[in-house]
Amino acid sequence: MSLTKFPRRLALDGDAVVKEALRRLEQPSRRLFLQRSLTLGGLSLLTGCAIVDEDSVEHALMKVSRFNDKVQGWLFDPNQLAPTYPESMITRPFPFNAYYGEDEVRQVDAGSYRLEVSGMVADKHAWTLPELQALPQTDQVTRHICVEGWSAIGKWGGVPFASFLSRIGADTSAKYIGFKCADDYYTSIDMPTALHPQTLLTLSYDGQPLPPRYGFPMKLRMPTKLGYKNPKHIQAIFVTNTYPGGYWEDQGYNWFGGS
Amino acid sequence: MSDDTRAIHPVWLRATHWLNALAVVILAMSGWRIYNASPLFDFTIAKGITLGGWLGGAIQWHFAAMWLLAANGLVYLLCNVGTGRLARKFFPLSPRAIVADLLAALRGRLSHADLRHYNAVQRAAYLFVLVDAVLLVLSGLVLWKSVQFPLLRELLGGYETARRVHFFAMAALVAFVAVHLVMAALVPRALLAMIRGR
Repeated sequence: MSLTKFPRRLALDGDAVVKEALRRLEQPSRRLFLQRSLTLGGLSLLTGCAIVDEDSVEHALMKVSRFNDKVQGWLFDPNQLAPTYPESMITRPFPFNAYYGEDEVRQVDAGSYRLEVSGMVADKHAWTLPELQALPQTDQVTRHICVEGWSAIGKWGGVPFASFLSRIGADTSAKYIGFKCADDYYTSIDMPTALHPQTLLTLSYDGQPLPPRYGFPMKLRMPTKLGYKNPKHIQAIFVTNTYPGGYWEDQGYNWFGGS
Repeated sequence: MSDDTRAIHPVWLRATHWLNALAVVILAMSGWRIYNASPLFDFTIAKGITLGGWLGGAIQWHFAAMWLLAANGLVYLLCNVGTGRLARKFFPLSPRAIVADLLAALRGRLSHADLRHYNAVQRAAYLFVLVDAVLLVLSGLVLWKSVQFPLLRELLGGYETARRVHFFAMAALVAFVAVHLVMAALVPRALLAMIRGR
């Protein structure tokens, strides 16, 4: 994984080195999350002692997060559409965001690309890019909201996910749909969101084939969920009743991540 | 007032006050860490006074304490309205009375002899922070669920405006707490009354 391997650079570029160093300073602090980041921090500073056992606090907060998943599932209205915007309001340039830097964007070969489909589906054949492109497409201009707080408006085009799921004969009574990506990212979503009319298997951005930095050849775009729930470079889709977790979710981000 | 043994503050008020204080401290400190992930303005909050360690941890704290704030706030409002305390303690209230009491306070002539009686500045401040907390909850709901609460989202001017509303409502709450702590330090009997009731 990119955090532990040191890139071999023959010529050192000053800016790049500083940027890399800053990124690494930020990343390990995320890694420490499960070990110590949920200390009572400032609260224990205020009292001058650790007032609560850390493991039990982490456990309790995780439980509340699972409870919040349930509340969000209950609040989710399958007919409630996210607002759409005129193309003049598109954020340019649309920000790049991933768990790695933009210089590490994965290049996926269009010719050899196959989308694997597995789990509780009738048709498990792998899809080529031309096959996906031949499906009926639609597009939408919606707001992408990041868990960090910022938001940006973009235009995504592709195949409504509900129609794709019905095409592959997915069992829509299943609880989860999981995604595995070419950049080693993975995540999973609930079935009601998967069937939401604005959930798109995105093949294009702003009228152009989806560029690598936005997830070539395909990303799942859900304006009803936060950015980290929208996987890029999707290679495999599976329908399951076993909780698949996710890259950030396993570290503590809320699983439902709805908006 | 020496032979008056009635509690100055009823138990439900003291309980909801301290639970609210706990919720506010957790929400503010974790909220500052969340703010740092994508600062709205040209500054960040010192990491030492934030809670959660990283964005994911801060969000867990924030979205746990929000239930405490909301549930406790609801109990407070129901008791306050239901017992008639809200109407009795906070009204009447006029701008003229607020200005008069504020001037008296600045001259050091505002009496705190009877802690049962809220002067006009106290009434205004406590009502303000009550409304501010409601605004924090509503703008927070828009940030959490901007798609699911379309009416609330539009009332608050959309997602990005709601972010700013949430921030400034937080700043107002923190300013209130700062003044509130100074006043409690100046009139320690008020702090004792909020703990033991007398």
